[in-house]
Formats: sequence, C-alpha cells, structure tokens
Amino acid sequence: MAKSWREWMKELLHLEELITQMRATAARETDSHKAEELSQQIEAFEGRRKNIIKLIFSRLGAWEEVLLARADPRPYTLDYVNAIFTDFLELEGDRRFGTDHAIVAGPANLEGQPVMIVGHQKGRNLNERTFRNFAMAKPEGYRKAIRMFSMAERFRLPVVTFIDTPAADPGVESESRGISEAIAASMLSMFELTVPVVSVVIGEGGSGGAIGIAAANTVLMQEHAIYSVIPPEGCAAILWRDASKGNQAAAALKLTAKSALEMGLIDRILPEPEGGAYANPLEAAETVRAAITGSLQELSKMSPVKLKEHRYAKFRSMGVFSS
Amino acid sequence: MPDFGAAHWYPQGPMRSGKPSPAGRFVQCQGCKKTLFATDFEANFKVCPYCSHHHRLNWSERIAYTFDEDSFQEMDADLVSSDPLAFPDYKPKHDAARSKTGMEDSVACGIARLIDMPVSVAVSDFHFMGGSMGSVAGEKVTRTLERGCDMRCPVIIFCASGGARMQEGLVSLMQMAKTTAAVERCRSHGIPYISVFTDPTMAGVLASYASVADVILAEPKALVGFAGARVSKQAQVVKAPDDFQQAEWVLRSGMLDRIVERRDMRSTLGELVRMLGAHLRQGAAVVA
Ligand SMILES: [Zn+2]
Repeated sequence: MAKSWREWMKELLHLEELITQMRATAARETDSHKAEELSQQIEAFEGRRKNIIKLIFSRLGAWEEVLLARADPRPYTLDYVNAIFTDFLELEGDRRFGTDHAIVAGPANLEGQPVMIVGHQKGRNLNERTFRNFAMAKPEGYRKAIRMFSMAERFRLPVVTFIDTPAADPGVESESRGISEAIAASMLSMFELTVPVVSVVIGEGGSGGAIGIAAANTVLMQEHAIYSVIPPEGCAAILWRDASKGNQAAAALKLTAKSALEMGLIDRILPEPEGGAYANPLEAAETVRAAITGSLQELSKMSPVKLKEHRYAKFRSMGVFSS
Repeated sequence: MPDFGAAHWYPQGPMRSGKPSPAGRFVQCQGCKKTLFATDFEANFKVCPYCSHHHRLNWSERIAYTFDEDSFQEMDADLVSSDPLAFPDYKPKHDAARSKTGMEDSVACGIARLIDMPVSVAVSDFHFMGGSMGSVAGEKVTRTLERGCDMRCPVIIFCASGGARMQEGLVSLMQMAKTTAAVERCRSHGIPYISVFTDPTMAGVLASYASVADVILAEPKALVGFAGARVSKQAQVVKAPDDFQQAEWVLRSGMLDRIVERRDMRSTLGELVRMLGAHLRQGAAVVA
C-alpha cells in the first residue's frame, strides 16, 4: 500500500519527468534527423504515459481515492477562485483573536454577480504548508467564516464554500479558544442564512473541520475528492490498532464521492478530466464553475424563507434507521 | 425562593450501581479507591463523599436524579440503527451494547417535568458504544430540540459521548449538521436550550449541538474536548495545563457557563428553566 500520492505515482512521475527532459532536448536539437527520432520517442513515451494513466484510473479503490484527494498538485481553493471568479478580495479578520490562513474568505464576482467565498486552503511546499497549517483551521478560521456568512446575509450575497481539509486543528491552543464551539457556531450560522449556499468538496472533506463550513443547500463533490467522518488512518488505529491499515479502513468508511451520492449525502459528482483534476486544472475549473453557476441559478428560484427551510429539510432527512 | 429541595429529594427504584462488591453492599470509588457503602453511594447520587468523584451514570439514573419522580415519558424508543455501510463488526458491537444496556441506541429522549415545569429531554449514555452519535442518536437529539419548539418548552440535553459514530461513516458526520440545525430552530423559536457536559463530552458531539446551547453546564472534572488529549498535546509545542480538557479548564477558557455538582444539578436546571422559560409559561397562561 502506497502511503502517499507521490509514492503511488512514482513510475508515472518518473516517466513524465523523462518526457519533459526529452522535449527540452528536442527543442534544442538542430539536426533534423535526430529531432525526428526524438519526437518519435517522445510520442511513444506519451502513449505509454496515457496507458498507465488509463490503467491506474480504471481500478481505483477507496485508498487510491484518498491519495488522489490529497495529491499535492491537485488544484486548491485559491486555484479555483482565481480560475472561476474575478475581483476576489480576501478579508482576514475574525475580530476576536487573530487571522487564520487555513481558511480564506472574502467577496468576489461570479459572472458579474457578487458572491461570498469561504474555503480551506492547502499549501504546496513546506513553507506554504506551514503558513496554511496544512489547511487545519483554528477557531479563528471558523469565526472569520461566521463573519462572512453574516455579511452575506445582510448584503444578500450567495455563499460559495470550498471544502479541502484533513481535519480542524487539534492543538492545545485551538482547544483553549474553543475549536468545537467555533465549528458548531459556524454550522449554526449557515443554517440561519436566507441566501443560497453552495459547497464544493474539492479534496479532503475531513470530518468536523469540513462540515463546519459545508451546511449548504447544494453540496457538490469532485469525482476524486473524499468526505469522511474520520481519517482512514485514525479509523484503522481504533479498529485494528494499526494506522497502516488505512486502505482497509478507507474501504470500510465508504468515503468516495460515488458512495456519498449513493447514500444521498451530496447532490452531484463533478467529473474530473482524465488523470484527475491536476492533469487539466482549467478543464476541472470549468466543470466546477458550470456546476456552481447552475446550482446558484436553481437556488435563486427559491424565496429567502424557502432557502432556509430547504437547507433544514435537506440535513433533517439524513440518517438511516428503522422504527 | 421556592424550595427545590435537591437535598431532600432522593431517587426511587432499583439502580444499576457502578461497581458493586460481590455482596452488593459496598462499592469502590473509582477516584480515591476508598470503599463506600452502596446505599450511601446511591443516596449521594453516585458521588464519592470523600473525593467528590462524580461516577458515570446510565441514562435512567440521570433521569431519576434530575427530573420529577415518574414524570419522564420516553419517546422514540423504537428507533433502531441500521448498518448503512455494512461496516466491519458494527452489528455484533451494536448488539452487544443493546444487550448490555437494554437500550436500542446511545440516547434516550422524551418529555419530563422539572420542578413541575415541562421540559423536552435527551440523555446520552456513555455505556452504549461510548455514547457515540450515529443516525439514531442524531435523530433523537433533533426530535428532542424540535419537540421543544412544538411544545413551547425548554430543552435539556445531557451529553456523554466520545463523538460521532465511526461505523456509520459520513451519515454520522451529517448528524452534526442536522442536530445543529435543530438548535438554530430552537433559537429562532425562542426556546431555551441547556446542555450539560458530563464525563466525557468529546469531538463530533462537542463540535455540534452540545456547544451551541444557550447555557452550558458541566459536572466537575468532566472530560471535555475536541481531540483526544494525546493528539492535542502532540499537535503543538504549547504545553497543556495539568487540568487540560477538564471541565474546570474549559470553564476558565470561557467555553462553558457553570460547573455544577450533581446534587445541585436539579435545582440549578430548575432555576434556569424557571427564569429563561418564563415567557413560554406566560404565553401558555394567556392562551389558556
Ligand atoms: Zn472517592
């Protein structure tokens, strides 16, 4: 079992690196005969690459979906914000304690219409990851979100949230400033809203940290995102006292988009380009954009009161039991 | 001041005790390990007279210790969890919990009277799969909050839970949103909602309906936290205080309102319901 996306994709990443190098060499090649030879080689390698991708994506298990959802080249919230919206103006303050870079928030325009954006933000390299606290939000992040939700309500802005977090921050400081209360209060403030709310799970939908900003009228989920009550490693540690059995736990938890849709817990799966969202970020963003716009259009037909009732009824119906 | 008489009021009927000795006449305190007379222990609400350790209660003890005698009417007792994920070993674990506790799931709910005032009540029982919240617990908590709105009476929920129930996967996570939505409904209906953190109140339960109550009480030294203490301490270099995640520390952090000894819980809740729910009773009087 590969532990990370990079380990799992080692062969493919190596091949892609080779292809990039060969292209660079080909570009410098002056001998037309050699250039021709090289380009044929490149084409053969490209073919191999495509076959490997096809093979990999034809047999994805739950654990592979976990690795894909966590893949570091995967587009993050700000990538989608930049591709889909214009004039995003980040607003940082929680007015209580500090700023939290694990959640980004602020107004932006979507096809000329202002909306309010809130989303978890991951980092790509060590510095960014530290800066973003691995997208594990502290109470300040959720309290900033609450401010944005209440502004959205006052100024009649539809809300769009992006979900991509392994979990909320579990540290001592977060506990002391009430991380649980912040998450619950954030959810509660979403249930107060009489404007349309759309959430998109774009990577890791990690338990309380995720649902804290995902109480939406419409919940969309990318094909290779995950949504789970507990990280599979944590689940394996509890069940089998062995965190390395994350693959078995991932299967048991049914944390894929397909399962979430089958259980009626999300509204739609957003298909990703072949090879995953990172293989073609613009195409992925276009799918996300169209889905957000479509959902907001649908929701805008509801009255403010109806929007709140709709959100209540949606989550009210979740649960599987008999009597 | 009316006499709520907690000290004069004793639970009736047979109780399950914590750890009875073979003879059944003695119990050992789980805090100080002293041997106590079982009858004294029960009469003291299962609180050690020496070290004041508040032993965990099952749901029926909690009801008996808190609400007017024989006033509790259980509701929704027939809700049974299915196994939506066909999760490994869930069914046998769930069955074992059912036969151990006599409950169908971790929460019991219904209506009761508290010093002659009607209340909508839910009690979580840690003995049933760690009090974890799956579909049934989520549904019962939601119905308890909705019942408060429908009947125009205050809501009291005793929490005791390790968090969301892993074995029901994402369905359990959604119970956090569902129960929180119901709290929002109480707020918009002007229904007072009081939650009581008992040992332990953790994770998905703490991060949903438990933490957004109008008033939050806790029993002394109850464990209250988002992440397991080990995880929290590993996660940061900041040194955790000695009483980290204990009710006393949570109170100092501003995340709850009062620590209440078990013997005073009934009277404290009674005062809160009387004052915060006064508008509901006046309304009822006008209608009548
Ligand atoms: Zn003792």
